[in-house]
Amino acid sequence: MAPDSDNDWRPTASFATLKLRAQLIARVREFFAKRDVLEVDTPILSQAGATDPHLHSLAARSLAPGDDRLRGFLHTSPEFAMKRLLAAGSGSIYQICKVFRGGESGRRHNPEFTMIEWYRVGFDHHRLMDEVAALVTEALTGFRALDEVEKLSYRDAFLRHARIDPHRASAAEFRACAQTRGVTASGLAPDDLDGWRDLLLTHFVEPHLGVNRLTFLYDYPAAAAALARLRADNPAIAERFELYIDGVELANGFHELADAPEQYRRFEADKNARAQLDLPPVPRDERLLAALAHGLPDCSGVALGFDRLVMLAAGAASIDEVIAFPSARA
Amino acid sequence: MATYSTNEFRAGLKVMLDGDPASIVENEFVKPGKGQAFNRVKIRNLKTGRVIERTFKSGDTIEAADVVDVEMQYLYNDGQFWHFMQPENYEQVQADSTAVGDNAKWLKEQDTCIVTLWNGSPLAVEPPHTVLLTIVETDPGVRGDTSGGGGKPAKLETGAVVRVPLFVQQGERIKVNTRTGEYISRA
Repeated sequence: MAPDSDNDWRPTASFATLKLRAQLIARVREFFAKRDVLEVDTPILSQAGATDPHLHSLAARSLAPGDDRLRGFLHTSPEFAMKRLLAAGSGSIYQICKVFRGGESGRRHNPEFTMIEWYRVGFDHHRLMDEVAALVTEALTGFRALDEVEKLSYRDAFLRHARIDPHRASAAEFRACAQTRGVTASGLAPDDLDGWRDLLLTHFVEPHLGVNRLTFLYDYPAAAAALARLRADNPAIAERFELYIDGVELANGFHELADAPEQYRRFEADKNARAQLDLPPVPRDERLLAALAHGLPDCSGVALGFDRLVMLAAGAASIDEVIAFPSARA
Repeated sequence: MATYSTNEFRAGLKVMLDGDPASIVENEFVKPGKGQAFNRVKIRNLKTGRVIERTFKSGDTIEAADVVDVEMQYLYNDGQFWHFMQPENYEQVQADSTAVGDNAKWLKEQDTCIVTLWNGSPLAVEPPHTVLLTIVETDPGVRGDTSGGGGKPAKLETGAVVRVPLFVQQGERIKVNTRTGEYISRA
């Protein structure tokens, strides 16, 4: 298939980059050791899948004779298992692991990638943003000099770069805004409010974020809350943030939702959205609901794409340059 | 009707876009941390050659285009069409000036070209990388000049005009690079 198919047993990353990878992993472990955050590992293969309609789990099954039932899903993030540890009283924890997302392939995406995920008990999302900035700055020391950290609300970012209010505009207004900038999206329903907002975000806002600096985007619309809690004084706003450098998303964090009935409602909403989109149903994590009912300590958590961090340190244009064997050679 | 999902998008994939055959030049997958993913695609209209940018919701599908590249022998020009034949089965097609374009000036009878067929009709014609053509008209060169610097225009049997060294004469056969339009050597 590939023009160099005779050579495709070789790694796509140079050994210099693989050494850089190892060095960054060591820096990350040192960062957490200094702060007394416990390293944990949780199952990659789990009985529950990702319910988010925009995430596609990989299903795994056993080939053992007499054991050919569907066995589970490769996790898209270790979030649920880590929250169960938190509810059981672990205190602040982190994990470096491989996660899997079907259908995500491109210059900055590989279906299997490395994630750094951590949870800080007693932190709100603003305090966690500061810690994320500290980790990234420390990891990139000597590789990349960055300007001062910037925090920008989701609303201000849209006003600045797309000249539209993301909390008030209708789907038609988002669509018109995209069209005046010469972009339409095949396959996107005209009334898909969240879809059109994401189109503006990915096409017109994100490319301007984090120009040679860390830019945190925060206070997302409630519809894009995912697993973030809503602001007590304004339920239209979710306490979620994302980190961008050079227009590339590097991390996604939440002031974590701890309310079991609300979590149940979001699972149900995901289930309905999946049915509407003709996506296969996936079992939700009942043990997460039980853990939340038991009590999740007040905490914030974040997931950071480690491969993209290596890309920044190495000055790489493609994720294939920083992993030994991308999916096409795996 | 065959279709491709955005998950199958890659450079070189032939698809139908707005009723025209098109070829994907570049495919970029973009996704907010959580939310709707898109494929931003650069795509060449194979009829006009123009490259445009399109965005697809990830998972969307697009109709495949029946576009193939076939090695064919150039037969003759009848004043309006250029005729090509597939050597294995003697099947013939005729290409119009839109398909042949500027490459007409490199087409020599019996040369093997790559003809891009869409639903069996020629969309584009690519001549061989190098062709051997006879000079039908050029000024007599200055004797003793072998440097190749400077040169002079020479008209070839197919109508193309290339710069040749001064020592190359009318009636000689020369080898020409069709991609750059440059003289390579005497044949």
